[in-house]
Amino acid sequence: MYRELRLAARRIFDWLNPLVFFLLVVCLFPLAVSPEPALLGKIAPGIVWVAALLATLLGMDGLFRSDFEDGSLEQIIVGSQPIALLISAKVLSYWLLTGLPLTLLAPLLALMLSLPVGSYEVLCLSLLIGTPSLCLIGAIGAALVVGLRRGGVLLVLLVLPLYIPILIFGSGAVTASLQGMEATGQLAILGAFLALALPLAPIATAAALRISING
Amino acid sequence: MVKVVANAKALKKQKMPQWFYQLGSPRWFYELSGKWLPWLGGSAALLLTIGLVWALLFAPADYQQGNSFRIIYLHVPSAFLAQSVYLLMAIAGAIGLIWKMKVAEVVAKCAAPIGASYAFLALVTGAIWGKPTWGAWWVWDARLTSMLILLFLYLGVIALNSAIGDRQMAAKASAILAIVGVINLPIIKYSVDWWNTLHQPASFTLTEKPAMPAEMWVPLLLMVLGFYALFTWTLLTRCRTEILERERRAGWVCDLLSNSQIK
Repeated sequence: MYRELRLAARRIFDWLNPLVFFLLVVCLFPLAVSPEPALLGKIAPGIVWVAALLATLLGMDGLFRSDFEDGSLEQIIVGSQPIALLISAKVLSYWLLTGLPLTLLAPLLALMLSLPVGSYEVLCLSLLIGTPSLCLIGAIGAALVVGLRRGGVLLVLLVLPLYIPILIFGSGAVTASLQGMEATGQLAILGAFLALALPLAPIATAAALRISING
Repeated sequence: MVKVVANAKALKKQKMPQWFYQLGSPRWFYELSGKWLPWLGGSAALLLTIGLVWALLFAPADYQQGNSFRIIYLHVPSAFLAQSVYLLMAIAGAIGLIWKMKVAEVVAKCAAPIGASYAFLALVTGAIWGKPTWGAWWVWDARLTSMLILLFLYLGVIALNSAIGDRQMAAKASAILAIVGVINLPIIKYSVDWWNTLHQPASFTLTEKPAMPAEMWVPLLLMVLGFYALFTWTLLTRCRTEILERERRAGWVCDLLSNSQIK
């Protein structure tokens, strides 16, 4: 994982791009819908969540790509280390470089979208719990398409339907807090998703990687 | 190490009944399904004819919706099928992954487009039905939404299957996707239900329809059974074509083809 982080830190634009993308997508909404604060504040949870979801998907395509191309993925698979564990480390480092910065950036965007200040905490919390699940599920898709030449669009097609529950509860949590309700229920369900995805998704990803490489 | 474990597992699994292994042989499957086809096709035709005539001509009109409710006889069976076909596809995919059975891979691959078309049919008939009853072609109702997501899941499996050139790899990869999808389906369903109940009053659900009298649900049952028979018939026909294509270099297929050409 240390290797991953160091590698990624050297390719600064790889992890900066999703953030800029996130910012841009969010900026499109006021331009397209209306700059009126009342309306924006109402739809802000949805905007931020959809943008965050797309931003996580953006770099997912390359999660295993370079390792696949230089052959280190094969080494990992024939090696003695448990694959699922290595995958978890990879996903974790991916999340540290996308999900976490997204979460940290979210309050700024919420401010721009005139989301009431009281909801910031829930917004960040929901992103903090939700984005790791997004990365974990996305990794399954990335593993399935790793050997394909035009895997990017296909990856989006495969993974987006699976993202829907997380999106619903993530933006639902923020909306609930907007309306002055407790959001702990939604956050707990997001946590449950994460607890489910954390052990299961790496196993599926490992199986998918084995298939993509060995045929 | 992994191989040893797999072998040990394979030894243990020898206790599965014999027909299960015979199903693994494409030739056996081809011959058996050839015998079933006329029966399936016949019963599908019979059930659907009786069901349709009964449903469209003789079943009483709904006291609220009048005759427009009759589309239920297409809508409900296709929605049923769309869901069970996905399950079948995932199970076949799992069998293909675990026992490396060619026939299971074929079944999983052939089921996907059929299931997708049923999901599409359910959505279209739902939209047509929605217009006179709800006054809108599309409502973000929980059931509609989860059916739409189901359609997307199907499309994903089909897209993955066609994107990978290698046949076995494609089958395995889409099997994994189908299994992940099956785990997700209940989650998606419940979250969509939850999402809808929060945002929208439940004025648009179908649950408050009057309890159906027998003249209404018996044809519906016939239609559902007919749809199942039709699906099995379509699936087997597709599978047979697929098997012939895959096994075109096998001796029995060559024999079969040359015999049929002589006749």
